[in-house]
Amino acid sequence: MKPSQPQIDTSPPVSDEVRKTTCYMCACRCGINVHLKDGRVAYIEGNRDHPVNKGVLCAKGSAGIMQHNAPSRLRAPLRRVGPRGSGKFEEIGWDEALDIAVNWLEPIRRSDPSKLAFFTGRDQSQSFTSFWAQNFGTPNYAAHGGFCSVNMAAAGIYTMGGAFWEFGQPDWDRTRLLMIFGVAEDHDSNPIKIGLGRIKQRGGRVIGVNPVRSGYNAVADEWVGITPGTDGLFVLAIVHELMRSGKIDLEYLSRYTNAPVLVNQDRNSAQYGLFLRDDQNKPLVIDRKTGRLAPFDRSGIVPDLSAVHGKNGIDHVPVMHLMARRYLKPEYSPEQVAKRCGIKADKIRAIACELARTAFDEEIVLEREWTDFRGETHKVFKGRPVSFHAMRGISAHSNGFQTCRALHMLQILLGSVEVPGGFRFKPPYPKPVDIHPTPHCKASPGKPLDGPHLGFARGPQDLALKDDGSPARIDKAFTWENPMSAHGMMHMVISNAHAGDPYKIDTLFMYMANMSWNSSMNTRGVMNMLTDKGDDGEYVIPRIIYSDSYSSEMVAYADLVLPDTTYLERHDCISLLDRPICEADAAADAIRWPVVEPDRDVRGFQTVLVQLANKMKLPGFVEVDGSPKYRDYADYIVNHERKPGIGPLAGWRKGPDGLSYGRGQPNPEQLEKYISNGGFFASHIPEDCAYMKPWNMGYQAWAVEMGFYDTPQPYLFELYVEAMRHFQLAAEGHGERQPPDHLRKRIVKTLDPLPIWYPTFEKDLAAEREYPLHALTQRPMAMYHSWGTQNAWLRQIHGWNPMYLPTKVWEQNGFAQGDWARVSSVHGSITVPVAHMAALNENTIWTWNAIGKRKGAWALAESAPESTKGFLLNHLIHELLPSKGDGLRWSNSDPVTGQAAWFDLRVKIEKTDAPEESLPSFASLNSPVGKGPDMLAWKVGK
Amino acid sequence: MTALPEKTGRKLGLAIDLDTCVGCHACVISCKGWNTENYGAPLSDQDPYGDASGTFLNRIHSYEVQPDFGSAQVVHFPKSCLHCEDAPCVTVCPTGASYKRIEDGIVLVNESDCIGCGLCAWACPYGARELDLAEGVMKKCTLCVDRIYNENLPEGDRVPACVRTCPAGARHFGDFADPESEVSKLSAERGGFDLMPEQGTKPVNKYLPPRQKDLLDEIDAIDVLAPLLEIKKSRNSGFIKWLDRALGKF
Repeated sequence: MKPSQPQIDTSPPVSDEVRKTTCYMCACRCGINVHLKDGRVAYIEGNRDHPVNKGVLCAKGSAGIMQHNAPSRLRAPLRRVGPRGSGKFEEIGWDEALDIAVNWLEPIRRSDPSKLAFFTGRDQSQSFTSFWAQNFGTPNYAAHGGFCSVNMAAAGIYTMGGAFWEFGQPDWDRTRLLMIFGVAEDHDSNPIKIGLGRIKQRGGRVIGVNPVRSGYNAVADEWVGITPGTDGLFVLAIVHELMRSGKIDLEYLSRYTNAPVLVNQDRNSAQYGLFLRDDQNKPLVIDRKTGRLAPFDRSGIVPDLSAVHGKNGIDHVPVMHLMARRYLKPEYSPEQVAKRCGIKADKIRAIACELARTAFDEEIVLEREWTDFRGETHKVFKGRPVSFHAMRGISAHSNGFQTCRALHMLQILLGSVEVPGGFRFKPPYPKPVDIHPTPHCKASPGKPLDGPHLGFARGPQDLALKDDGSPARIDKAFTWENPMSAHGMMHMVISNAHAGDPYKIDTLFMYMANMSWNSSMNTRGVMNMLTDKGDDGEYVIPRIIYSDSYSSEMVAYADLVLPDTTYLERHDCISLLDRPICEADAAADAIRWPVVEPDRDVRGFQTVLVQLANKMKLPGFVEVDGSPKYRDYADYIVNHERKPGIGPLAGWRKGPDGLSYGRGQPNPEQLEKYISNGGFFASHIPEDCAYMKPWNMGYQAWAVEMGFYDTPQPYLFELYVEAMRHFQLAAEGHGERQPPDHLRKRIVKTLDPLPIWYPTFEKDLAAEREYPLHALTQRPMAMYHSWGTQNAWLRQIHGWNPMYLPTKVWEQNGFAQGDWARVSSVHGSITVPVAHMAALNENTIWTWNAIGKRKGAWALAESAPESTKGFLLNHLIHELLPSKGDGLRWSNSDPVTGQAAWFDLRVKIEKTDAPEESLPSFASLNSPVGKGPDMLAWKVGK
Repeated sequence: MTALPEKTGRKLGLAIDLDTCVGCHACVISCKGWNTENYGAPLSDQDPYGDASGTFLNRIHSYEVQPDFGSAQVVHFPKSCLHCEDAPCVTVCPTGASYKRIEDGIVLVNESDCIGCGLCAWACPYGARELDLAEGVMKKCTLCVDRIYNENLPEGDRVPACVRTCPAGARHFGDFADPESEVSKLSAERGGFDLMPEQGTKPVNKYLPPRQKDLLDEIDAIDVLAPLLEIKKSRNSGFIKWLDRALGKF
């Protein structure tokens, strides 16, 4: 047959209209172009102009159309009619749903607001939900940070006024060496992939530190298959090498960090370990020019890293001395740490060398004049082209806070923070810890809380304790058990509420948090707690309200379900007051708006909160006469002012002479302006303000103009965190607020003001011989927790999850393809399919997170592989450490921040016959939305 | 049987960088989205909420490589039609439905002539064709022929959906007949290779190999560290003395 070519139309119409909004398929918040045909979603692609994704889009984002049309979408408010956990509901109207909620909430607000525990999961409106909770008056509010990555965030804020991901990013255009630690394949999703591509294009190098060589670690030039929980030790060995060989940036340390600040060394003093300060409370340094004491910020001084100060016979030494004393010890030498970390000493040294060589021998100079906070003008920005990124892998351990601190210390020693080629903050960061709020917990009947719930404790005075010393919060955040729990401890809420420890609650109100499944440790235990009844026959946790868009496992455990819209049907703001989407060169925020209207009886959760607030006439939501301030969430976004001139959105506000940005009055046309600009706003930082931001007075002035703070806030990076020393001092017996005796030793050990490493707690308890393996999860790039499960396209990529075993374990146990294994921890066991993976730390096994699903949830068929072969590792992890016989409940968390220590888990494995399906298995839930169709051939256009 | 054109004007195809592909599946889903809504029948899914199986024009496979020495490596390998010059899927087609375009070399299926016999899928050594079970026609990568010339799209978007969306920039589109094109130069620089050249299909798409990895495992650390060893004393007092001297320099 001769070649014959049909005529085809190579220019078909693409869509009737493109509407630009913000993705919500994960936490990345990319800009998307939603193509519509006949008013229906036809195709989703990345928005080229958007600061986050610059046009690209990941698998999740492109699959949004399947999420939006998922059969698992809830259809109307639900009232429970069967026993809790059965999934039996009746659909009710919104008037009735809101009345039920108000009838439950209003009496507790009037009597004791702390009887409400309001926790939100992957909430992107935390500045709003916290405002609601604060005005309701309960101290019991937090989002999911406590079980996610608070160690990373808090260590960054305390150490350098910002952390990774939302707070900062590598200088993608200039960095020559990127080192990533414990980064699975998610946060920051698209920007990291874009950045990796750019580094490789320029011939730069990437070092991946992760027990598992998948995803980003697979494309890294060097792989460090570290033993879980030892990252801090590895980092300190690099620090040891750099200090030993003098490869640290002394000028940077002297000028911009508290390395020269003088520390009291009198062991008998109540000031021991605290900074020497002047009468204005400014930390003091010795000026190398004069040899005399000077406040750290005095103009013209050269802070000395070496000289000591004798005052009243008591030596005060610079922080640098304390660092030398600690990190030059042989215990941090590569040889000493090699075995524990599972990394050869030579390789540790080679990495230290490559970091030093790149930082110092490949120095970058940008000719841009800038003036620092001591008034000195510099002709150039000097750059150290070494950058770092880290995420949950290093933070979800009981030594995670100190490990994250150690990593920031390494960055700072290399002089590679806020310099060209290094790590850069994104506005509104950097922000010194001093101007963050402290925690607030004082609840009074009928009144708002005395301040914002979450904050950064500076010492024992900021703990969330009642007058009798008992925890004020249901999650026990900001107590002696974890004094600096900046994001709360969502993973402890249900467990504590069930135990009535520290007190009982009445209503548990949650949003977007699948706590009866993948978002909890000890999943079966949590299900039991949610359904447990007291002697009176009533549920121990009396009432549960839950909001979600989808028929998740948690829906089945609610008494009242408030169905949320999809992300394409709602208003949202990605606010600078919250977790913004800025880039290092620009402040940016964004909105979501209903690009399509809901086709069912659902409402955006934030609008529902406004409606509840209006019904209860919550302060902050009503005018003096009791009339509502805000109609819905969109109205709040435009008209709310956190303080005069500062609102949720920075773009297109109203100034005295037209439009203004950052500061300004509410503008009724603001949302239209955002929509016509593609759903986002960006304001670029002037070039001479782009680096050295914490000390650059040009940047500081720009930040004040934008409204990030009201006066310039230059500060020093805190290699030594004095706040931690305040907690140690209390544990040593100083001060009025004293920890319980059983915690003194632990506080002294773990709240060290200089980064340390100690073995994770689970290792202490689960004898290494009995449970010789580490077990981890990672999130797959194409799937994000349970959100992707009901997505017909994404679940074909990850429909089930094997347990990946390293070669040693595979061979020792004689595993073969298709085998199953029983994996046990000190807490429980699971029986799951296994697969071999050679590119894996030899003592570590792992699986994908949250692929396993409960039967009946997510509108999936009973035969769905998520329920038959998929599984959760969560069953092996308890929210409490095993009993120590002291009658106390010790949470499985970091002792500083309370971060859930997911990755401390240790297990053993044995080959077993294949069961019918993975174990444990659970009874099928009744689906309130039925099941999905048997076939999809999705085409919107004619 | 269907004949191939003797020569095509251009040779449009993809250069896929295996050094950069992180295996995120963005291209897989973007492709599914565009090609479900556009050219030909939608890409259907059977039992989409149970034991799902659907039609995809592009899939990513991940392989482990264990070198003789050193750590195992993982390579992500995106696979779609390679638009071969000697495409066996075309010559085997009994109805002329499969064809290679004269002007640009894109291999397409004319769905109205396709009888769903599956011979082309058998003939393709790469497994790059999938029979859509709902429509009963053969589906394959079209190189987004309805995007790359589409005057309803902004000029910068006239590339295949997979290329436009790839976050890591691992996919490049262009004309391999033009030695000056970006893809030709990239392929030349990076040693772009043919997949299974022994099959004689002359694929147009090229794969760029992963760069050498784990160099630090090979390095003699003592030599490398030598320039670092400015001070030998690891004791604290030695460090402080060095500090003092070093500070004196600025």
